[in-house]
Amino acid sequence: MSTTANNKAGFGSALWDYLTTVDHKKIAILYLVAGMFFFILGGLQAMLIRIQLISPDNEFISAQFYNEVLTMHGTTMIFLAAMPLLFALMNAVLPLQIGARDVAFPFINALGFWLFFFGGIFLNVSWFTGGAPDVGWTAYAPLSLFSEGHGVDYYAIGLQISGIGTLIGGINFIVTVVNMRAPGMTYMRMPLFTWTAFIASVLILFAFPALTVGLFLLTFDRLFGAHFFNPDMGGNVIIWEHLFWIFGHPEVYILILPAFGVFSEVIPTFAKKRLFGYSSMVFATVLIAFLGFMVWAHHMFTVGLGPIANSIFAVATMAIAVPTGIKIFNWLFTLWGGSIRMTSPMVFALGFIPTFTIGGMTGVMLASSAADYQYHDSYFVVAHFHYVIVGGVVLGIFAGLIYWWPKMFGTMLNEKLNHWFFWLFFFGFHLTFFFQHFLGLMGMPRRYWKFLPDQGLDLFNLISTIGAFFMAIGTIVFLYNVVVTQMKNVKVGPDPWDARTLEWAIASPPPFYNFKQLPLVRGLDPLWIEKMENNGRMQPAEPLGDVHMPNNSFVPFVMSLGLFIAGFGVMYQGGMWILAGIGFAITAGSLLYRSIKDDLGYHIHKEDFDKEEGDGSNG
Amino acid sequence: MADDMLKSGNLPEHPERATLEGSNKFMGFWFFLGGETVLFASLFGTFLALRNSNAEGPAREDVFGLGLVFIMTIILLTSSLTSVYAMYHMRNHSFKKMQLWLGVTVALGLAFLGFEIYEFVHYVHDYEFGFRTSAFGSAFYTLVGFHGAHVAFGLLWFITLMIRNNKRGLNLYNAPKFYIASLYWHFIDVVWVFIFTVVYLMGMV
Repeated sequence: MSTTANNKAGFGSALWDYLTTVDHKKIAILYLVAGMFFFILGGLQAMLIRIQLISPDNEFISAQFYNEVLTMHGTTMIFLAAMPLLFALMNAVLPLQIGARDVAFPFINALGFWLFFFGGIFLNVSWFTGGAPDVGWTAYAPLSLFSEGHGVDYYAIGLQISGIGTLIGGINFIVTVVNMRAPGMTYMRMPLFTWTAFIASVLILFAFPALTVGLFLLTFDRLFGAHFFNPDMGGNVIIWEHLFWIFGHPEVYILILPAFGVFSEVIPTFAKKRLFGYSSMVFATVLIAFLGFMVWAHHMFTVGLGPIANSIFAVATMAIAVPTGIKIFNWLFTLWGGSIRMTSPMVFALGFIPTFTIGGMTGVMLASSAADYQYHDSYFVVAHFHYVIVGGVVLGIFAGLIYWWPKMFGTMLNEKLNHWFFWLFFFGFHLTFFFQHFLGLMGMPRRYWKFLPDQGLDLFNLISTIGAFFMAIGTIVFLYNVVVTQMKNVKVGPDPWDARTLEWAIASPPPFYNFKQLPLVRGLDPLWIEKMENNGRMQPAEPLGDVHMPNNSFVPFVMSLGLFIAGFGVMYQGGMWILAGIGFAITAGSLLYRSIKDDLGYHIHKEDFDKEEGDGSNG
Repeated sequence: MADDMLKSGNLPEHPERATLEGSNKFMGFWFFLGGETVLFASLFGTFLALRNSNAEGPAREDVFGLGLVFIMTIILLTSSLTSVYAMYHMRNHSFKKMQLWLGVTVALGLAFLGFEIYEFVHYVHDYEFGFRTSAFGSAFYTLVGFHGAHVAFGLLWFITLMIRNNKRGLNLYNAPKFYIASLYWHFIDVVWVFIFTVVYLMGMV
């Protein structure tokens, strides 16, 4: 109903619809658009870095600008591209996979998006007001205290705002999974993407507050004269590193676990087998998450925590290779003997397995704390984390986007172009980053603006830059594919991939209420069970009845806008305090409004369903 | 059905968890408190790392007086008890008594906040111990100040709920709101117990 009506409506009402929506499927599209925007921005920054490093002693961009670009590349890609793109997939798919009509907190879901969005915009305003943050995405103290201008303040306040959005988004998904599963959808029947998104949300809940505190301390030191990181007044710079990595290490599992989940959906579908070792996959996911909290100090081996601390963290880090290895082998065993279809999501999955394994192996190398003194802050580390983040998370995001594109938009991306995208991107990726391992072992430090000629670094840097261009061309092919596909707008059926899980049981894109009647889940891969044992349609678990839906709301947008405005006041102070007053008043006012205004939602009456025959939903 | 949510008669046994929205809120808020625990744990960790870093400024034993903090602790613990009474009356569906005990809770919370403001002013004026005096000062005021801000927010929350619902009584829509506000209040109280122990007792004894 909502989708067909919008096609006829004007641009203004469509815009208003998206500004006020609380529908998880539309919020997914918002996350997707914003995430892709920041992904392209971060990609352009990466290209600037690689062009600067194409030859020794290059003067393509200035040292200061290089520092800003490098900082913003990391910050943007982690917080503003990878996280929201994963949130896009979670929003689009998770409620459908568990047979829910909506998430637990639709309003908070929207609020989470707008906070992330305004935080990201806030961070990027810095480009136009005297310079972006220039201290690396980790913003180590005391460098972050010495940085002049307001770049680091934009970093601290921008990430603070978007971090709140991520936190409440995580809580929303946790409660959705715990409370909103359809009849018969027990925990051990949940699709693995739902499992990994659930566990990643738990990690968000317990990791982000540490960043919140770290950013508060940084803000207090820089803007309000506190002395947390100032040794002259008794402060301690290591506190920042601990807080940052207590957040930062779980963060990489927040990113990779949902990507694991995507591949655990894609591989069974296109191998036409149920996932091998489902329960061990769940167990491995939980174990990775648990261990992920005990390894943060492996980022700090060279700080001087002492041999005992280093050894404990080294062993804990290496232990993570075990559950990860379980996952790798389970994927391989799922492929074994399957009737494999080489669709593009499957090709992404097959490219992911060896790539991520290489990243995992260098991870174990880095975990050896004694050897890490050699690798630390070198291009070896850069190569390692790009192998796991690009080779794992980014491949996972694109595999998921292509796989669920029909569910999100009702259209199929062109398979031929998808394959072109994969091969350009994959080839370019290995060209870019494989050689950085050697650059690192040869001693090239990360984050440097220049390298000198005739030190044996020229050739590999050149190759690396050429690879980056292949990745860029691949991404352009993908964007072109998106535009062409949406222009043609050829609709596909509910289940174009012949898949196994619940989301494929309803129309593409689903009606705004998702399930007319909640489905009865009879086992793992519920749709596949119905395909094998029945007529391929889900059995309803309840008679046709009224469906409760939440009201749209503009409040999330306003609430987030208030913090955005207040951020400038807190930062510039003086006469700008007025902005802080206005901004906080807007946010507090909208909180108050939300609290005192009853918002009961509305009901779709069962009689009204009859008017929408042929929507493809079951029941 | 929507109207039923706002009717105040015939409530089920646990009005705060009787609806799906209510049970979602109930559970979501517990998870939120889990996140808050990490937030305060990070602040406690920072404080413990910096509690002896008073540079040239006053140290813990110079400024802290246990008498005042003891009174504050008693007040806040009592307010937690009165909010339990309020929730007890909510479960018995006696709205008036719930409002009364929430009123007592708010009064005690205000008293606590008043004492805390007095404490801070006292430190700054009589001991020249401020936020910028030393790393210890920054850590102290940040930890205790975060708690104080939570108390202030909790008070505004209670007051808003009490005024908003004063005329219409308890129903399935506002019962979860009252309940999670009281959960929040207990959490604040627990945090204070740790502050009393870690900041004040460990600083004096």
